[in-house]
Amino acid sequence: MERKEWPLWEVFVRSRNGLDHKHCGSVHAPDAKLALQVARDVYTRRQEGVSIWVVQADHIVASDPDAKPELFDPAEDKIYRHPTFYQLPDEVNHM
Amino acid sequence: MNQQMNSPEHIEYVTRIGDNALILGQRMSEWCGHAPVLEEDMALANMSLDLIGQARMLLAHAGKLEGKGRDEDQLAFLRTELNYRNLTLCELPNQDFARTMVRNFLFASFQVLLWERLLTSSDSELAAIAAKSLKEARYHAQHAGDWVIRLGDGTVESHARAQAALDYLWPYTAEFFVTTPADDAVAAAAIGPAWSELEAAWEALVLPVLVEATLTVPARTPFKSFGKFGRHSEHLGHLLSEMQYLQRTYPGAQW
Repeated sequence: MERKEWPLWEVFVRSRNGLDHKHCGSVHAPDAKLALQVARDVYTRRQEGVSIWVVQADHIVASDPDAKPELFDPAEDKIYRHPTFYQLPDEVNHM
Repeated sequence: MNQQMNSPEHIEYVTRIGDNALILGQRMSEWCGHAPVLEEDMALANMSLDLIGQARMLLAHAGKLEGKGRDEDQLAFLRTELNYRNLTLCELPNQDFARTMVRNFLFASFQVLLWERLLTSSDSELAAIAAKSLKEARYHAQHAGDWVIRLGDGTVESHARAQAALDYLWPYTAEFFVTTPADDAVAAAAIGPAWSELEAAWEALVLPVLVEATLTVPARTPFKSFGKFGRHSEHLGHLLSEMQYLQRTYPGAQW
């Protein structure tokens, strides 16, 4: 039997005080409009957010988990890439 | 609060709006755990709770207006069928998702118009409830309206179900606009509109969506339902017997 599942959408919500949209889960919906609507019902019912993004899961390109060693491990011993050796002026926010 | 504000008509009017919300909220809550998809299950439960929240505020307010010491729980759980003033439409069985959505659309559109008018009610408590509830009703109307179009203009099966739902429900919408003596008194005191005043605006909201949904609007017939006069369909008694079971069986029970 053919099963017609609705596509999966990843949901990103910006909280009241947040600057960025954070991934909070996923929903099934037939199209973008309904995806937003159900994301509202599933993920913002306890005042979690003031803005929602949805993106169809197929459209996200992810790195290969098997490629983790070559992608991420080389950064381990490069402590000089962290800006911890500078004094940041107080006026610089959100760093 | 002056004597006129506590007129029986005023109490009945507030009770009626509260009963609509309570009975439809209870009815819609039957979907909990049974909706076609998890996302809609949560949406329906959310909206049921919106309505039950409105009912709590309205019945608590009606109890205060009445001044006999009855609170929202007593009004919700200890009144019998004939004392309920909800529209018959609100108590009808859910049947299927299409009927649930068509009903929500027809009712929420009406609620939007009513809450908009009640924003300027001379009863300040009612105006405050309207301000909160209007946002909820707008979302309910948007959510259900979207589904009415999807189902009506969808597959052969979904269209047939949406059309059957509209054919079944449409005659009950005539009751929205039937004049009652309470409405006239309440309108005269600027507490709220007589519901008959809302008919043209309601049709202007509802008809374009039904047309977009490719549904055929049935012609008006002489049929009238009388829920808001306390004369209900056979379905309300069953709904109440379930909703009121706990308070009837364990009077005064709290948790």
